[in-house]
Amino acid sequence: MGSFRNRQFSPWGRIGRAEHCIARPRFRDEVPRTLADCGDHDVLPVGLGRSYGDTVLNSGKYLLDMTGLDRIIAFDRDAGVLRAEAGLSLDAALGVIVPAGWYFATTPGTRFVTLGGAVANDVHGKNHHSAGSIGCSVRRIGLLRSDGGEVELDRQSRGDLFRATIGGLGLTGIITWVELDLVRIPSADLIVEQIPFDNVAGFFELAAASQSHEHTVAWLDCANRGRALGRGIFQRADWSGQGALVAHATGQKVTLGFDLPSVALNGLTMRAFNALYWRVQKAKPTLARRHYAQFFYPLDAIGQWNHLYGRRGFYQYQCVIPPEAAESAVTELLLQITAAGAGSFLAVLKTFGRRGSPGLLSFPREGATLALDFPNRGAVTLRLLACLDAIVLEAGGRLYPAKDGRIPAHVFRASFAQGLETFVDQIDPAFNSDFWRRVST
Amino acid sequence: MSGKNTRTRRIVVLGALSTIAEAVARRYAAEGAEMVLAARNAERLGQLKDDLTARGSARALAWPVDLAALDDVPAELARMAEALGGEVDAVLLFYGTLGDQKLAEKDSAELRRIMAVNFASAAEWCVAAADVLERQDHGVLLAVSSVAGDRGRQSNYLYGAAKAGLAVLVEGLGHRLAAGGGRAVVIKLGFVDTAMTAHIEKGGPLWAKPDAIAQQLVRIIDKPRRPVIYLPWFWRPIMAVIRNIPSSIFHRTKL
Repeated sequence: MGSFRNRQFSPWGRIGRAEHCIARPRFRDEVPRTLADCGDHDVLPVGLGRSYGDTVLNSGKYLLDMTGLDRIIAFDRDAGVLRAEAGLSLDAALGVIVPAGWYFATTPGTRFVTLGGAVANDVHGKNHHSAGSIGCSVRRIGLLRSDGGEVELDRQSRGDLFRATIGGLGLTGIITWVELDLVRIPSADLIVEQIPFDNVAGFFELAAASQSHEHTVAWLDCANRGRALGRGIFQRADWSGQGALVAHATGQKVTLGFDLPSVALNGLTMRAFNALYWRVQKAKPTLARRHYAQFFYPLDAIGQWNHLYGRRGFYQYQCVIPPEAAESAVTELLLQITAAGAGSFLAVLKTFGRRGSPGLLSFPREGATLALDFPNRGAVTLRLLACLDAIVLEAGGRLYPAKDGRIPAHVFRASFAQGLETFVDQIDPAFNSDFWRRVST
Repeated sequence: MSGKNTRTRRIVVLGALSTIAEAVARRYAAEGAEMVLAARNAERLGQLKDDLTARGSARALAWPVDLAALDDVPAELARMAEALGGEVDAVLLFYGTLGDQKLAEKDSAELRRIMAVNFASAAEWCVAAADVLERQDHGVLLAVSSVAGDRGRQSNYLYGAAKAGLAVLVEGLGHRLAAGGGRAVVIKLGFVDTAMTAHIEKGGPLWAKPDAIAQQLVRIIDKPRRPVIYLPWFWRPIMAVIRNIPSSIFHRTKL
């Protein structure tokens, strides 16, 4: 048990810091031993800890930090298939696959996630309407179970366990490696078009008219009331035929090494920021060629940006609403938020397409998804989020477990009713998390 | 990494499974270097080789061997050089062991092991490498020592003594090679967050990340300006202070 150490671990939203017994194996042969050392106790594998809430916490129990297993096992440069250990980050992988003319089928808004974490949360990106979530590009998974050793999963063999592991929040065993289908890219740049819109209806018109573009996303001003409510900037982008296949520069330019005082982000600065952002973005040229790092990962340029919200941390809230109720529910959500004077610095709105994921607990489904940050103001914030939950449930929507770290059990069960029973059967008996203890009781 | 160097570099990595060695090897792999990866565990070396090949290494050779238990080190190094096409641009020595000081105080087998791994065998590899570099009139020998070798402390004087010996040896080889094209550099590492130090409570500004160290090492191998280099740099003044603390005070500490 020499390899375990007691250490604090906190999720990206920085709410719920807790002591854990953490081991960080470096080689594949160490993982079964490390897992055996945990005995029958509750274990949870973690990657780079970019999940915002308690899906990455296992308070007072074992965490297996998988970031030491970050080797590529095989990269087929002709077929575009990457097999790598679960702890490899997208950041590191891109440095290898981009110069060879390949990219992940889809990518989340940060490259500081591991392959294992990406699969365990079935992450999605700005091209969901064309590519689906990352689960759609998973060919095979290596999974280490406490009750059966290492198994290899794909859609055909052990299909239920494969589907449970994609989006399974690390509860079905340790993902030791992942094999993914990549997609060809002609360059490392995208042609990005920016179009301002004045209200929620304007967003949906643009979204409908932009289906032929691979990537679409919108920033939303949700701090300013009245006529400014729901205005925003729509972005649609496609890979550029021109430009070199140059990977991003690794490392970050700036790192926030301290907490901003909690008062720094208040209603006033939030409204000012949103108004300013609106004006700056609106003034930008409508068409521009941008490197993928600028387009997909703008926040990755600032190390530890989560410290912007001060010591109390923040809640990230992300829901998806089915198409028929999308426009009215999104408007209702925005009205509630502004009425509470809460607002959000970065509100993101986009539409998801029909393409389903194999994942049983996969978050994306057809409709519109809204993601917001709320600084933690205790009971006031929780009351607002409960109020938003009610709107989401009423509209037949669901919440993203990786995000807010407080999804009430009834909301979770209503959201994921369909695959839940099959999922529960596939959980590894030795695995658990704070999230799972909370929603499964 | 210098873009001017158009020829593929050929590198021998001794102790390739160490955290820092792997980080260095990845940087060389990205520029297409050819490498011999020497360490004991064949299975793990195979995983390293696959990874480095995928990352761009033109040739990565897994070389399973117990570096501290060879009869003829120069012959082994010659075989490695031959496998790389005859010439080597860098020989990098990363392997070492902290050992169990408490055990070694009672058990001479552990004492001998600490000395053999960290000094005796390392000395053979360094001298053999210096011969190769001298013959080629080109190339760099880099060996990793430790700030633990700068002042004997009750908690790790055996490891410290071995690493101090290694530092003096490589410094001397640097002197010997100075007239020709070869270079020898010894790195005195401070605290680095690696598998070797996994049991130690970390945090604070003194702890460096392996990849940051690797980045500096690659720069040093490109332009080896001095024979003795502290990494990170602030360990030079820190150790200057520590060396000059009077023993009447030093002996009262538990360091």
